[in-house]
Amino acid sequence: MTAKDIRAMLTAQLGRIAPDIDTSRIDPTLELREEFDIDSIDFLTLITALGKELSLDMPEADYGQMRSFDDLLAYLQARTA
Amino acid sequence: MTDRVGKSPTIIKPHATRVAANMPDYGATQSSFSWVTAESLLDGLPDGHLNIAHEAIGRHVATGHGAQVALRWIAKSGARTDYTYGDLERLTNRFANVLRSRGVIKGDKVYTLLGRVPDLYIAALGTLKAGCVFCPLFSAFGPEPIHARMEIGGANAMITSKRLYRRKMAGIRGALPDLREVFTVDGDTDGTVHLQPLMDAADDDFDIVRTDPEDTALLHFTSGTTGKPKGVVHVHQAVVAHDATGRLALDLRAGDTYWCTADPGWVTGTSYGIIAPLTNRTTMIVDEAEFDVSRWYGILADEAVNVWYTAPTAIRMLIKAGADAIGTRRFPDLRFMASVGEPLNPEAVVWANDTFGQPFHDNWWQTETGGIMIANYAAMDVKPGSMGKPLPGIQAGIVTVADGVLTELTAPMAMGELALRPGWPSMMRGYLNEQARYDKSFKDGWYLSGDLAMRDADGYFWFVGRADDLIKSAGHFVGPFEVESALMEHAAVAEVAVIGLPDETAGQIVKAYVALKPGVTQSDDLRLELIGHARKRLGPAVAPKDIAFRQNLPKTRSGKIMRRLLKARELGLPEGDISTLESDEA
Repeated sequence: MTAKDIRAMLTAQLGRIAPDIDTSRIDPTLELREEFDIDSIDFLTLITALGKELSLDMPEADYGQMRSFDDLLAYLQARTA
Repeated sequence: MTDRVGKSPTIIKPHATRVAANMPDYGATQSSFSWVTAESLLDGLPDGHLNIAHEAIGRHVATGHGAQVALRWIAKSGARTDYTYGDLERLTNRFANVLRSRGVIKGDKVYTLLGRVPDLYIAALGTLKAGCVFCPLFSAFGPEPIHARMEIGGANAMITSKRLYRRKMAGIRGALPDLREVFTVDGDTDGTVHLQPLMDAADDDFDIVRTDPEDTALLHFTSGTTGKPKGVVHVHQAVVAHDATGRLALDLRAGDTYWCTADPGWVTGTSYGIIAPLTNRTTMIVDEAEFDVSRWYGILADEAVNVWYTAPTAIRMLIKAGADAIGTRRFPDLRFMASVGEPLNPEAVVWANDTFGQPFHDNWWQTETGGIMIANYAAMDVKPGSMGKPLPGIQAGIVTVADGVLTELTAPMAMGELALRPGWPSMMRGYLNEQARYDKSFKDGWYLSGDLAMRDADGYFWFVGRADDLIKSAGHFVGPFEVESALMEHAAVAEVAVIGLPDETAGQIVKAYVALKPGVTQSDDLRLELIGHARKRLGPAVAPKDIAFRQNLPKTRSGKIMRRLLKARELGLPEGDISTLESDEA
């Protein structure tokens, strides 16, 4: 998967959980949960969906590396590289 | 559920744990306890007056504890800021002076819509000092739940942030005629007043309002199955129960480091996240960040937490993360762990016992009861899956009401509604402006909780379920009606029913069943549009996580949607009595 594919997939998954949020208008460097107005259950749903789609094990110990949209993107890129 | 009972062996408390507990002998305390004695441990104000904020702060400063840290705030960045009891005394005095200077007077309703920031705690206690009513709102609510709660309560002032104001309040402000002042804690925006310059200019001294013990102090909202949210009224006298239950059920001691993970937007985060820890002169840990496994273990270890009060959803996420997440951390200071919000499954109690060398102590109470009513205690053996035994001073029973007659069920493991004999200090004094709804909660001298439960032969209570359609997601009630109303506003929706489905982490998740108007075609895009619509109005804490389309919804002859039937079908359970079913799903 290219970096562009991963970004598109992440955007699509966020769009399923928080369809009311326009991804182009969020600040990708700020806290993901606040920018997308998602709670910890939504976050878990997101991680599960991403893990499934990318066949990745995304352990809770790594959640600290997924604080912002950009962080999460970088994490996914590094893990699928 | 019944299959929980006796599934896991009883956890026997060691002798050393028993004798060291605040309440070493439950039976003895239960027979000698009186609320009058409990009240005598507090200060009170002259001429029989009582103010929660004095018992929480002023009393300790007056007895020489002004230098003790009262609140240790951990910012999202991890930075720590300490506020001593002396600091809190001064800052809450300033806040009360700010309210006065802006014309906010005794009896006015002061709301907060904030994350877990120090301003929230200062506002709560300053509001009480000023004799105003404090009403915290959860910051993950959307504009509609916020508007409903502010309108019902008649909010006069609001403390919030610029971001929350713009996102959630700016659009509803015009529809709140009683709202005179909106303070923002991080600078001003259109129509708000920046709080900080006012705080900086305010006086350090304030003559605390001598409130009557029966004056309203707190307003908390709780959802009903039908109708609008209910404004639950609590008075200053409630502090007697907050203080006593903190000591007996949570084993709080002066000087303890205590961490309640609940947000003050919910009753637990106020009764046991602000009041009880301060009246018991502990140092409270407040973490601004949301749940995070390694951060939480870090706080428990680094802050040397003695008493920890958290919730099943968080505990289940910790269990999922596995032992690796703990790493090399040890918790030698952790003395007591408690859980509330929904029944804690026996596996979680046992997991804690294996992981921390002690069980989680589940307890039970409601917004209406104001404080813990049934609990597992430090010195009492724990039956995993049970909510424990009634607090000293509390009489609980299992009752059934048939043909208007209430009968108490005394046989062990008889299932019925959990009921309490009213009269404890933190019992609600009413549902705001809804006398009929309040009256319906009582029958023949009992308060009816709406929860179904059983009591075993040893006197332990076991939760069975709700008597109604209320949903509990991540420990918080979600009223189906509130969610259904928001979805009905969408042009494509003809009818809607909302139920809670079992979820291994959140307990239940909110799911909506939607029948579309003629001519509207169901699609995944429409499903996402409806979820987005609901989230915008209700916020992530209330909006449905899933939506399913139906041609029609099952209804009774009188047109009432049978949520129970939808749920039974979704879960593959027996449909039960469907004699009133008139129109079914097509």
